[in-house]
Parts: sequence; structure tokens; C-alpha cells
Amino acid sequence: MKTIAISAAFAGALALGGIGAAQAWEPTKPIEFVVTSGAGGGTDNFARIIQSIITKHKFTEQPIVVVNKGGGSGAEGYVYGKGGKGDPNRVIFGTNNAYLLPYVAKLGYKVSDLTPVAALALDEFLLWVKGDAPYADAKSYIEAVKAKPMGFKMGGSQSKDTDQTLTSMIQDATGVKWIYVPFQGGSAAAVQLAGGHIDSNVNNPNENIGQWKAGQVKPLCVFSPVRLAKSDAVFEGKGWGDIPTCKEAGLPLETFQMPRTVWLPADVPADAVTYYAGLLEKVSKTPEWQEFVQRTAQTAKFMKGAELADFVAKDEAANKKVFENEGWVAK
Amino acid sequence: MDNIANLMHGFSVALTTHHLLLMMAGVLLGVLVGVLPGLGAPNGVSLLLPLTFSMDPVSAIILLTSLYWGALFGGSTTSILFNIPGEPSSVATTFDGHPMAKQGKATEALSFAFLSAGFGALAGVILITLLSGWVAKFALRFSSPEYFAVYFMTFASFIGLGGASPFKTVVSMAIGFALATIGMDSVSGNVRLTFEFDVLLAGVSFLIAVIGLFGIGELLLTMEEGLKFDGVAAKVRVSDVLRTAVKLPRYWLALLRSSLIGIWMGITPGGPTAASFMSYAMAKRSSRNPAKFGKGEPEGVIAPETADHAAGSAAMLPMLALGIPGSATAAVMMGGLMIWGLNPGPTLFTDRPDFVWGLIASMYLGNVVAVVVVLATVPLFASILRIPFSIIGPIIVVICFIGAFTAASKEFDIWLALVFGLVGYLFKKLDYPIAPLVLAMVIGDKAEDAFRQSMIFSQGSLSIFWSNPLVSTLMTIGVALLVMPVIGSVARRLRGTKATSTV
Repeated sequence: MKTIAISAAFAGALALGGIGAAQAWEPTKPIEFVVTSGAGGGTDNFARIIQSIITKHKFTEQPIVVVNKGGGSGAEGYVYGKGGKGDPNRVIFGTNNAYLLPYVAKLGYKVSDLTPVAALALDEFLLWVKGDAPYADAKSYIEAVKAKPMGFKMGGSQSKDTDQTLTSMIQDATGVKWIYVPFQGGSAAAVQLAGGHIDSNVNNPNENIGQWKAGQVKPLCVFSPVRLAKSDAVFEGKGWGDIPTCKEAGLPLETFQMPRTVWLPADVPADAVTYYAGLLEKVSKTPEWQEFVQRTAQTAKFMKGAELADFVAKDEAANKKVFENEGWVAK
Repeated sequence: MDNIANLMHGFSVALTTHHLLLMMAGVLLGVLVGVLPGLGAPNGVSLLLPLTFSMDPVSAIILLTSLYWGALFGGSTTSILFNIPGEPSSVATTFDGHPMAKQGKATEALSFAFLSAGFGALAGVILITLLSGWVAKFALRFSSPEYFAVYFMTFASFIGLGGASPFKTVVSMAIGFALATIGMDSVSGNVRLTFEFDVLLAGVSFLIAVIGLFGIGELLLTMEEGLKFDGVAAKVRVSDVLRTAVKLPRYWLALLRSSLIGIWMGITPGGPTAASFMSYAMAKRSSRNPAKFGKGEPEGVIAPETADHAAGSAAMLPMLALGIPGSATAAVMMGGLMIWGLNPGPTLFTDRPDFVWGLIASMYLGNVVAVVVVLATVPLFASILRIPFSIIGPIIVVICFIGAFTAASKEFDIWLALVFGLVGYLFKKLDYPIAPLVLAMVIGDKAEDAFRQSMIFSQGSLSIFWSNPLVSTLMTIGVALLVMPVIGSVARRLRGTKATSTV
């Protein structure tokens, strides 16, 4: 464990242009984990699992307090982060909404009010239909939707969020048109699909796994360049690794993934960013984290520094294009 | 009868000394967080969550659910004693519970509340035991139109109820709706009514409104009336608790009706708040002397409490079987399930029967433990009222503001609570009812979302509310509840004019 810690610290230091590792920053006060979703949401689980791993392995002496600030679909938490300018004890957990929210709504923060620290995983998106739907693959479902524009219903999380963005991307790529019904979140969209009130959703694996296990919904394809990691069979002998990628299945939209991100307020010491990046890298190597990522069928991918900045820039550009096409950009 | 066998297995899992101790600890902690307004069950459960990471899932869920039951009971305590509901679902308990306390019958009111709450909870758990498979399937039939119909029924049963003029009720309800729209709107993805104030992004918390409207508003009134609190004169005797318990079976009809309403609202997504309001409304409507309601009628305590707890425990079923949290507390617990490595959903019952049935068994035991524990605290809490108001008043003010702050750790909420306090005082002075405002704030935004989702479903046609037998029945009952008082008053007026014309 010690060697990993040291190498992680070195890697962090190198990434930020070689800051002296001698007097590295360490927290001296309790650390506040700000969750930009309500209790029980995906981001909440993300932050709390990290809290439990850090506590279990005693990666820091300081206690960690988790607070939920999920109002305004997460904006509340980011605004709170902005308010902690220069405070390295306030760590903010989110997704790509950190840099996407300010595009679609007028909110009290800009992405420059936050300092990116790391991303730990990519949550995947799949195309799901009802368990007993007559479509064997993504292609036949898309054909059916194409034949009847506005005759099928796609359900998902709130408007202008990831689910509707992805829906819009599929529409652009294939020339189909759904009625998009926004629900309170992925779990509601999962139940609505199981009950047959909507025709499809683009939920994350974790949001639909319960319904898939029961055979109430079935996945058609995953919006990822490669298939998901192999797993135990979930339903009728099929596991996550057996689901074709959307490109394989004849749906010409290769990638749509959501990074699980960690931020600090603006103007924090560079040493603190290095410290947290190192801490989170240690977390990402624990068996508990690996197990969590596997159980929720996310893709483990640790990013920090230049790699993270590059990812954010690309993701932002792709989403911005959709926002502009759909006329969602605020003001 | 597989379920009975499973339940027996569950009891064998839940009935250990270790678990019983956890239940006691959970209930006591729960009563504590429930009594402090603002802290509440969701916060209590999230504070305890990190402790459970190292426990096995069954022990962890027993601890958390016991805390939840305790908090529900604690919330009723403050409703009755100080007119400050600790949870949205105990607002209806204040209507008659607080007048009873003012008349010196706090012991009786508390005992009625706890006993009927226990009855309701057990009724809910029995339902879960017997009908788990069927209910999970039934709940799948609910979509946005059905959700809206259930909320509509709740509003309809409540309107035209209270003594206040219908106009004032509608005004109060409209203010509640407006407050509920503040913040992010999930249907359009835009923020509404925040006027670019960051503090309003998360909306106006229901808890803050209740602390202000009820707690501080009530204190202002009490001060104006000369710092008198009639409960002071009451003697607190332990035997009163038992005497009340003997009286309870007399209200068997109210208990049964309220349990049914509670269970129904728990399975359908109405939830405990809607259940308690509706049950109160139904009790008043079917009572032979509705004029007594609001002035300290025991049935006005029994009805909402029974329904609240019946709905609270029945709502655990959709959470486990479908993965939809029925309340803020349930949402935190579901987060816990994920961290312990369980996936809520239809297969949880078959994948982890030891966990599910252990939990269900612990709901039986937990509620029995909770009733015994809280009944033991009745004399203690009732004695608080004997403290002179000039001492207890300022303490309540402090607790209210601490509660307002802890609800979301926002300084702004303290000012907001103060403003709500003044509004509450004005409402009472001008004889505007507060309850419709609170009801609209709690379920108004859900009703709005459900309505707009339905409109997206149907491309703007209202016929969707009569598109299948389930939603048609719900809507028709709702409309009937809405027009019944109108027809009643017209009929009365007709009869009245006839009477005068013959004279």
C-alpha cells in the first residue's frame, strides 16, 4: 500500500509540473464531501462509497462529512463549491453536469469557479426496451420507430439532461423521432418501462439492473466503443459483456458516457489538488472500488490533470453541439 | 402461504438480542431527531449511514428503519405539544392534537397518537406480508395519469372541508402551489421563480415553511394571548396512558377506515402525507358531529396518525420491490442498500430472502418496541407543558431556528423561517387556513409534474385521465369528492329556503 501511495503522489506531482513533494499538503480539518444530488442518487452512492473506502483504509486521519446539496439538479452543490473559494477542505462530487449545467440554465456559477481534480469512472448508457417487446435488436426497434414518427415514447431523467441529450443524438444519427417524457430520475423511468407506459429508455446499467434481472426490460445495445466488462449472467444466461455495442447493432452512434467527477473550489493550493488526486487514485485501486464499479457495470477509468482536461473539453464540445441544435442554450 | 413460512424465517433472523438492542437504540435516536424540528428522519438516517458500512445488511437496515419509526413517533410528539410538525405527514395531527394539549389532555392525545400509529403500522406490515407479490405487480400499472389522479383525490377530499371560506382555502392552496414551483423544474429543465438568487435554486424547503408557519406563528399568537398555556394545569399520571389505551377500541371504525386509506395511499404513490390529510378529511366528513373537529376531537388525532403510519410501512413495499423511494428517508435507505451491495428491484425478494423477510419481521418487532418506548416517554413529554411558558417559549424559538438551520445547513433558511412565522401569524389573524398551503407545498409539485407528463403522453388531450379503468375510477372518485360538498350546501340551502318559505 505504501509503495502505491508514494507512486501516486509522484504521479500527481509530475502531472502538475513537478511541484516539490517534500512539504505536500495534508488536510488538517474535517473534509466536507459535497454531493450534487439528493440522497440515494448515483452521485450520492459515488461519494459515499469513496467515503466508506477512505474511512475503512484510514487513508486520512481527518473525518469526512457528506452533505447533500442536490437542488437545481446539482447546481446548488456547485454554487456551494463556488462559495468555498480557496477552501481545500470542500470536495465536490458530480458528473459532467458540472460543466454542462451552466449551458442550459442560468445558474449562479461558471465552470471556472471550480478546479477539476479527477474522474474515477465512466457510467455507461444502454438502449432498453420492455422485456416482452418484439424487437430482437437495436436495428429492428429503430426501424419500427422510424416507420411511426412521434408514435413511440422515450422516457428518462429531467429535460435537457444526459438522457434527453442522448435521445437527441440518436435522433440525429438515425432520423427517428420520439416523444420524450421527462421523469424525476432514472429509477422512475425504469419502472415506467417495466410497466409498459413508455417504449424505451436509455438508463445506466445500475438504474435498470433490478428490472432486467426480473426480465421486465431488456438491453438492446450499449453506447460504448467496446463491449462492457464480462460479468455473471443477469438474465437468461446473458450478462453485461454479452450486450452488443450500438455500432455493432447497426445504430450509428458510437459513444455516450458520463464521467463521475470530483472538484475543488477555485483558487485552492496546487498541492491540495495533487493530494486529492493521489487520494482518489489510491481509492480507485482498492478491491472495494473495483467491486463497486463492477457491480454497477460502470467502466473504471481514472483520469486527472491533462488527461482529464482533454476529456472534459471533448465531452463539452459534443454536448454543446446538441444544446445548440435543440435550442437549449440559456440566453 | 409461502409468505408466512418466509416470515417465520425472517423472525428467526431478526429476533436476536443484538438486533433487539439495535432496535431500542434506533427508536430512541429516532425519537430524539423526530422531536427536534428540522433534524427529522432523513437527516438522522444519513448521519447514521456511515456507521452501518461495517455492519451486515440486515443489522444495518434494522437500525435505520427503527430510527425511522422512532422519528415518525417523535414528529407527532411536537405536533401535539407545540403545534410544530416534525414531518410533513404529521401536519394533520396538529389540527386536533394541539387543541387537546391546550385543554390539558396532552397525555391522552399523545397516547392516542402513539397507539393508533402502532396499529396503522402493523396493518401496513400485515399487508406487506400477505400481498407482497400482488402489490408489486399492481404498482407497475401506475403511470403519470394515475399519479395525478391520486393527488387530485387528495386535494379534492380536502377542499371545502375546513371551517374557513372556500375562497380563503383556495388562496392558501394557490400560495402553496406557487412556493412549490420555486427552483428547478424537471419537466422543462429550467429554473423557475428564483429571480437569480442562488439561495432559491434548491427551492423552498417544506420543513422551513412548517417551522415558521406553525411553530413561530403559534408562539406569536400565544404571546399575544398573554403567555398562557392551559396545559400547565394538567396533571400527568402514568395511569392516564393505560386509561387511554382502554378507550381506543371504541374508535375501531376510525382505525379500520384510516388503515385502509393509509395502505391504499402507501401502495399507490400518494404517500404518508397525502394519506394523513385524506384520512383526516374522511373522518371529519363521516363524523356525526364534524363541528367538534379542530377543537380537540380524539378521532382527529387517531385518523391521521393511523393512516400516516399505515402508509409509511406499506410504502416500504414499492421501495423494495420496484426501487422507487416513497419518501426522502426511503431514498437515503435505498442509497444504503446500494452501498451494502444489494439491488432494490423485483428480484430482491428472491435473491436475498433473508434480508427482505428479516426486514419485514423487524418491522413488526420494531413497531412494537417503538410503541412501548414512546409510551414510556409520554409522561416525560407531557410534563414539558407544565413548565411556565415564559421559560419554554424562548427555548422553542431557539429550537425552531436551530431546526431551520440544520435542515439544509443554510443561513438563509433562518430568515425564511422568520418570514414564514409572520405569514403564519397573519394567516391566523385573518382566518386563512394554513393546512391547504402546506398540502399544496408538499404534493403540489408532484401533482404538477404528473399532470404535465400526462399531457406529454397524450399530446395535450385531457381524455388520458379517463383512458383506462384504473385512472377513470380514481378520477371519478376525485371529482365526486370535489362536488359533494357543493351539492350538499346547495341542497341545504334549498331545504333552508323551503323551510323559511313555509313559515
